Amino acid sequence: MSGFLFQAFVYLAAAVIAVPIAKRLGLGSVLGYLIAGIVIGPVVGLVGSETQDIQHFAEFGVVMMLFLVGLELEPRQLWGMRNKLLGLGGLQVTGTALAVMGVCMLLGLSWSVALAVGLVFSLSSTAIVLQTLGEKGLMKSDGGQASFSVLLFQDIAVIPMLALVPLLALPELLDALHHGADGGGHATELSLVEGLVGWQVAGVTVLAIAAVIIGGHFLTRPLFRFIASAELREVFIATALLLVIGIALLMTLVGLSPALGTFLAGVVLANSEYRHELESDIEPFKGLLLGLFFITVGAGINFGILFGDFGTIIGMTLGLMLLKAAVFWCLAVAFKLRGSDKWLFTLGLAQAGEFGFVLLSFTVQNGVIPADLSQSLLLVVALSMLLTPLLFIIFDKVILPRLTEIQVREVDEIDTKGAAIIAGTGRFGQIVNRMLRGNGYETVVLDLSAETVDNMAKFGIKTFFGDASRPDLLDAAGIREANLLVVTIDDRERTTEIVKHARMERPDIHIVARARDRIHVYELYNAGANDIIRETFDSAVRAGRSALEAFGIHPYEAEKISAAFQKNDRQILYNLARIYDPDIPVTENAAYIAGVREAGEKEREALTRSRGRNKGAVDRAWLPPGKILDLEE
Amino acid sequence: MKVLVLYAHPAQQHSRVNTALATVAKGVSDVSFVDLYATYPRLDLNVDVEQQRLLDHDAIVFQFPLMWYSTPPIIKEWQDLVLEYGFAYGHHGEKLKGKLWLSAVTAGTPESGYGPKGHNRFELRELLAPLEATANLCQMPYVPPYTLFAALKSENAANVEKHIAGYRLLLEALRDDTFDLDKACAQQLITGDTIKGLIEGKTT
Repeated sequence: MSGFLFQAFVYLAAAVIAVPIAKRLGLGSVLGYLIAGIVIGPVVGLVGSETQDIQHFAEFGVVMMLFLVGLELEPRQLWGMRNKLLGLGGLQVTGTALAVMGVCMLLGLSWSVALAVGLVFSLSSTAIVLQTLGEKGLMKSDGGQASFSVLLFQDIAVIPMLALVPLLALPELLDALHHGADGGGHATELSLVEGLVGWQVAGVTVLAIAAVIIGGHFLTRPLFRFIASAELREVFIATALLLVIGIALLMTLVGLSPALGTFLAGVVLANSEYRHELESDIEPFKGLLLGLFFITVGAGINFGILFGDFGTIIGMTLGLMLLKAAVFWCLAVAFKLRGSDKWLFTLGLAQAGEFGFVLLSFTVQNGVIPADLSQSLLLVVALSMLLTPLLFIIFDKVILPRLTEIQVREVDEIDTKGAAIIAGTGRFGQIVNRMLRGNGYETVVLDLSAETVDNMAKFGIKTFFGDASRPDLLDAAGIREANLLVVTIDDRERTTEIVKHARMERPDIHIVARARDRIHVYELYNAGANDIIRETFDSAVRAGRSALEAFGIHPYEAEKISAAFQKNDRQILYNLARIYDPDIPVTENAAYIAGVREAGEKEREALTRSRGRNKGAVDRAWLPPGKILDLEE
Repeated sequence: MKVLVLYAHPAQQHSRVNTALATVAKGVSDVSFVDLYATYPRLDLNVDVEQQRLLDHDAIVFQFPLMWYSTPPIIKEWQDLVLEYGFAYGHHGEKLKGKLWLSAVTAGTPESGYGPKGHNRFELRELLAPLEATANLCQMPYVPPYTLFAALKSENAANVEKHIAGYRLLLEALRDDTFDLDKACAQQLITGDTIKGLIEGKTT
């Protein structure tokens, strides 16, 4: 017992100390965990060989992560990704495997060993990459989506690889294995498909996937409702865990990837009303398990072998990463990823992954790769994972800033200069563009997402790819000649930046800006925007008006009330803007708080009906003669 | 005849008489009733729809309270937009020819306030002359306004009751073609007192 407690204490303490420091230093949590692992493992020696077992356990974090990723992805979106998934993922795995195989054969390995090594190294680290992309908020970018497609394909590809590896066995290694004890862990595992012929295996497999999809769609809702009605949070958490573990178990039994199974289940549940509850329940377990996994990777690095053959190992690691990056770069070019997305894709995935560990131990068990070589390879996998956070740092600190200069050539050549520049062509910008275009005004539309740009082109809307918050791009779009700039992007800081820059460049241009909320309105006002439109205010007022009408208030009366509300709110906004101080948070600005309270009182007054001599703003209009006298009585 | 009531009151929560009149109009079967302010609370009239409405009916009744000697603004908006050149008047503009134009007006001031000696200086019929001229240009026979004076005075309750009941008779008579148009047009105004004498088969 004390042994277990001590271990748990060591792992947790290492994480608690190392991760915040790493984050503070801008290294990211993954590197923090890895360093924590190195410190408690090879450096201090607090943990030893048991890290291997813990690592197998912690790999389950990857399964949970894919469940969570699935939850974020609706079936329709997944279907939309099918080309990327198969094309990008398939080409990457084959390309990398063949490239690595070629290099290995040049180095004198036999083809079967070389192919096995190629397969092991073709995989990247889902755990590190998705965790990092999520932390940086890059999942939705084109590069993030491409990375995700590749990782998902790899997770699926592990299954056929596990089937292929035994066929590559070297006779002499097999003999050696048979002389020793039967150590193959996999032989003792339960299986539903063992002893079945091909078509039966296929049938059982299809049934299992159908069970996940159909069960996920029809059974989970009543189940969750029943569990939720018990109003015991821990039981709901247990149910969520049970769901994930159950699916992982089912998939393992039929010989499929548990990660794939839970991912599918996540997609099926993406439309469920319990989605957010599931997310928040599974999230901490995923985080802890992944953290544990990273620690074990760090702790498992064998410095003895590393320093014994330092040059070779480091050379192999760097060579591998360079080779992988080259393959990714080619794919990025072929699949038209541009600018920062291209580099994110290239650098982010240039490591070997956790499935590499699994595959390596499997190859040794099956006598495909000699044990001493696999020791070095394990080290390469671990080192490449250790170096990945550094690649992300290079991406952040070196590539991104330099891209500002490089990207000028890569963004679309803007061949028209419009009277109006519209930054962003999401739901907001599209409407503005349609209204301007419909009335014959020339517009230049900029958007950050290459996919959006392509989609717009399909609908005949000419949009240019590029980040409008970059001064040079605004210049290229014609900020010097334009009459109007409309900033409609969904990014508060960027919006303010664009407005500031445009105002500096052109003191006379008219700027219409989309604001997130009141505070953002003040910021945009200070930045120099002329018309500041709160993104949800008008629709909210309209919703309120519909609600009043639903209560039987005459539509014209409801219209007058919402007009009065709007007018009053604008006045409040104006009054509060003068009290607002950017240096004091509003919750600590006493004058601002008092102003808000006073505004609340005024609003009630403005919206109530006439009483006595107090004519309400709403029905002050159209009050019949003598009515005031009636009301006074 | 097919009868269309176009009702315009911008502050219905303050209205007693017009609300009661509207309830009556809505209750008469086979009479179309449109609350203009409810249909177009943002005054964005749908011209095509409104023109089609006119084509589908034979008698158009404008029900409104008198405001500053005129109609509520939405009726002016309606005139400006719906009575298009080429539709209601002008070259080929004969689509409304022969349809009746009738105003159902409530006025706050007693009848004594109108006319050369009244403080309003003009007759109510004179004040509504722009409507009469509009009807004329559209070749629509103009029926004298069905009028209630002193609509805001609470002591006028008996007259108000008579006016509301008379409104039902008026709409029904138009619908049943029992309204004596010639006799009506000989009068200055129609009121709750005179309505019965204008309906064939009814005597005062």
